[in-house]
Amino acid sequence: MARTRFDRLLMSHDPGSAAEPFLRLEGVGVAYGSRVALQPLDLTVAAGSIVAVLGPSGSGKSSLLRVVAGLEPPTGGRITLDGRDITGVPAHDRGIGLMFQDFALFPHRDVAGNVGFGLRMRGDDAAAVARRVMEVLELVGLPGAGPRSVGALSGGEQQRVALARALAPEPRLLMLDEPMGSLDRALRERLPAELRAIALRLGLTVLYVTHDQEEAFGVADRVVILRDGRVVADGTPEGLWTSPPDAFVASFLGFRNIADAEVSGGVARTPWGTLALPGVVDGRVTLVLRPDALGLADTGMGGVVEARRFRGDHVRVVVTTDAGAPLELEVRDGPLPQVGERVRVAVDPARVNVLAAG
Amino acid sequence: MSLARPVGLGRTATIVLAVPPVVFLGLFFAWPVLSILATGLAPEGRLAVDAIADTLGRPYLLDTVVFTIGLAVAITAGSFAVGMPAAWILARFTFPGRTALRVLVAIPFVLPTVVVAAAFLATIGPRGIVPTRLADTVIAVIVAGAFYDVSVVVRLVGGLWAHLDPRTEDAARALGASPWRAFREVTWPLLRPAVISAASVILLFSITSFGLVLLLGAPGQPTLEVEVWRQASVMLDLPAAATLAVVQIVGVVVLLVMNACWQERLAVAQRLRPAAEVARPPRTTRERVAVAGIAIGLAAYIGVPLGALLERSLRAGDRYGLGAWEALVQGSVTRNVVQAPAVDALATSLVFALATLCIAGPLGLAAALVVGYRRGWVPRTFDALVMLPLGTSAVIVGLGFLVALDQPPLDLRTSILLIPIAHALIALPFVVRAIAPVVRSIDPRLREAAAMLGAAPGRAWREVDAPIIARAALVGAAFAFAISLGEFGATLFLARPETTTVPVAIERLLSRPGPLAFGQAMALATVLMLVTGLAMLAIERWRAPGSTGF
Repeated sequence: MARTRFDRLLMSHDPGSAAEPFLRLEGVGVAYGSRVALQPLDLTVAAGSIVAVLGPSGSGKSSLLRVVAGLEPPTGGRITLDGRDITGVPAHDRGIGLMFQDFALFPHRDVAGNVGFGLRMRGDDAAAVARRVMEVLELVGLPGAGPRSVGALSGGEQQRVALARALAPEPRLLMLDEPMGSLDRALRERLPAELRAIALRLGLTVLYVTHDQEEAFGVADRVVILRDGRVVADGTPEGLWTSPPDAFVASFLGFRNIADAEVSGGVARTPWGTLALPGVVDGRVTLVLRPDALGLADTGMGGVVEARRFRGDHVRVVVTTDAGAPLELEVRDGPLPQVGERVRVAVDPARVNVLAAG
Repeated sequence: MSLARPVGLGRTATIVLAVPPVVFLGLFFAWPVLSILATGLAPEGRLAVDAIADTLGRPYLLDTVVFTIGLAVAITAGSFAVGMPAAWILARFTFPGRTALRVLVAIPFVLPTVVVAAAFLATIGPRGIVPTRLADTVIAVIVAGAFYDVSVVVRLVGGLWAHLDPRTEDAARALGASPWRAFREVTWPLLRPAVISAASVILLFSITSFGLVLLLGAPGQPTLEVEVWRQASVMLDLPAAATLAVVQIVGVVVLLVMNACWQERLAVAQRLRPAAEVARPPRTTRERVAVAGIAIGLAAYIGVPLGALLERSLRAGDRYGLGAWEALVQGSVTRNVVQAPAVDALATSLVFALATLCIAGPLGLAAALVVGYRRGWVPRTFDALVMLPLGTSAVIVGLGFLVALDQPPLDLRTSILLIPIAHALIALPFVVRAIAPVVRSIDPRLREAAAMLGAAPGRAWREVDAPIIARAALVGAAFAFAISLGEFGATLFLARPETTTVPVAIERLLSRPGPLAFGQAMALATVLMLVTGLAMLAIERWRAPGSTGF
């Protein structure tokens, strides 16, 4: 439907230029009793940018969001929002929009009662609340849904109401905690694009917490990856994709071909076999062979096709190399090898990531 | 400035809220029960071994205990015999009239005992639609008791059954099990916790089913409670009544402890499914016949006595007429004795019910806030404490008031508040049960969401928690009201001529000879049924969707 409009907005979005940090965390950590959920960390978010905080469960990403929201006290450090120190400001005075995991809609209020809640809190009169509720519901694509009961909404509609509720008081920072929750695939695909469009139109800064790397890459200008309460990677989606900083990040991003290797004289000894890597310094390294670094060819490492999985626009082929290790590659065109067939896999050395040994 | 999570209750608030219910329970529950113990075991200040031995040594005591237990087991068995098929069709099948049947099955549970007893007298009593000799026998008590407790089986067992994944049974069938085998091997073990909890609730209710036994049972076959009442009110032997009451209390405590142990051991974690996914229309002819047969039988079992009550109230001798209703409103002259209009009792009952609501409502709300918001041993202990009056019987409460509250410092014998206080004590567990789970289930993230939208902690509580709790409090208030209206056991001890409540008036009318008194009893029971029904209808409307329990 409105897909093309969103796409156009998406293309014109250039966050890198406004470099003034809108949100700044300095040495902020979170602990629950003696359990440290988030190590003290520094983080800045530029005004108007969309930053995804990505990590497996227990990595501290929700704690990061809660401490910024003011729902958890920090173990120390300082949080500034738009130049103002908000470290000691209670949650209800921070003026930050937060969309909760599973939405936390007020079950005893209708859609309008939910969306208008923050407006009533700041003392808007009834007419202004009603007007703004209509506006925001229109913005999220639910015009006229005001009188409906939240219990009667579908998952996708609940998500939109939750977004509308967070947006209604016009926060300048919007935070979303796993906003895809338990929604089905079609909805998961749609929200990131719409969210980008809305954020851009409203000039919002967005902090988006998720465990799903595809979601993070789809929505964000910048991705921060957390592990065990620490930042392990921070960069643009393209940057992280093309050069993951370590094996954890690479594996978290979904890369399968990760292994330690011994390089000497421009040749790497890997579990898959030997590999020419001209220009790489001798020593132990960790190699990541991204799917775009591999292709079926007439020359290269020999192996037998172990399995094939159809993935729509490509076919994922698992080859057991002659050295005995499985190697996954994506075949997009050309003839498809049969399971059991002997093939050769060519490696483009320029697209191999060479990381310090982990 | 506070960054702590805007959750729950501080220490000071907890104490402020907990003190009134604790004082109330101390004065009007612990003190009377201790007085019973003192009177029963040591009437003159030291252990009266001889008197106790005398009471316990009376040959009929053992008979009474055995009969009480036997009757409770029989009522429980009867309830399951009717309740399991009922639970099965209501949980597993969709059919025309299912919702109506579900409502009908829920009705008996909320009816006052006197109404149920009157309804069975209207059906199978000597003046009933089908006059039989069953009234004044144990059979009538069992049939009427099961009538009551079928709704417990349907609510507890059927409630779980409706959410069990039917595909587990399908899987057993696909693996070669017959339908019965699939039930026995798959469904039954999953239902067992609910079955046991229903059985223990029914046993408890049956042991404390004073009104049914008094009004329907054979005069020579008392249960412990009836005997407690007879000793206290007819024989005027308070120490003997108290000794018997101690036996009753011990029995009930044993039952409660056993229930708690079973519950711990039997809890099975399972994935529950929405009821709509479980129920389906009956497919085969056999299923259709079974569902129709059970549904019709069930409707008759519950509907006929309730209809009979109304029908008998409209009977004047052999013809239909409004004589009984007129006498109810205008009073009557029987054997030159002017009888005050029995409907006066309705005014008394309504006043008492309102007073009960005013006492039990705030106390129950305070207790429920403590139980719902606090975590750890404090609320658990408090919860158990508040539930105690539910476990003990109303008869014990009545006897305790009689023994404990008739002398300074607490002489309430002539106080107009005596009966409402007793009713509030009995209603309190229901009020707490109606509110506390709702308080506990309020998602703390709702308060967080309110905070993120600019609500300070106090405002967040008022905006999020208060409306949700207010609704539950209405349910609790309606419970207090309905329970007071129907309370019989304790009131029978405490009512004086000028404080006759509707259930007591019904009992008095039933014990008077003549068709006019019987007709009036039927009419008054009909009124009580309707008023209680209205209160329960209000409860169903206000209850949060999906909530369970009482």
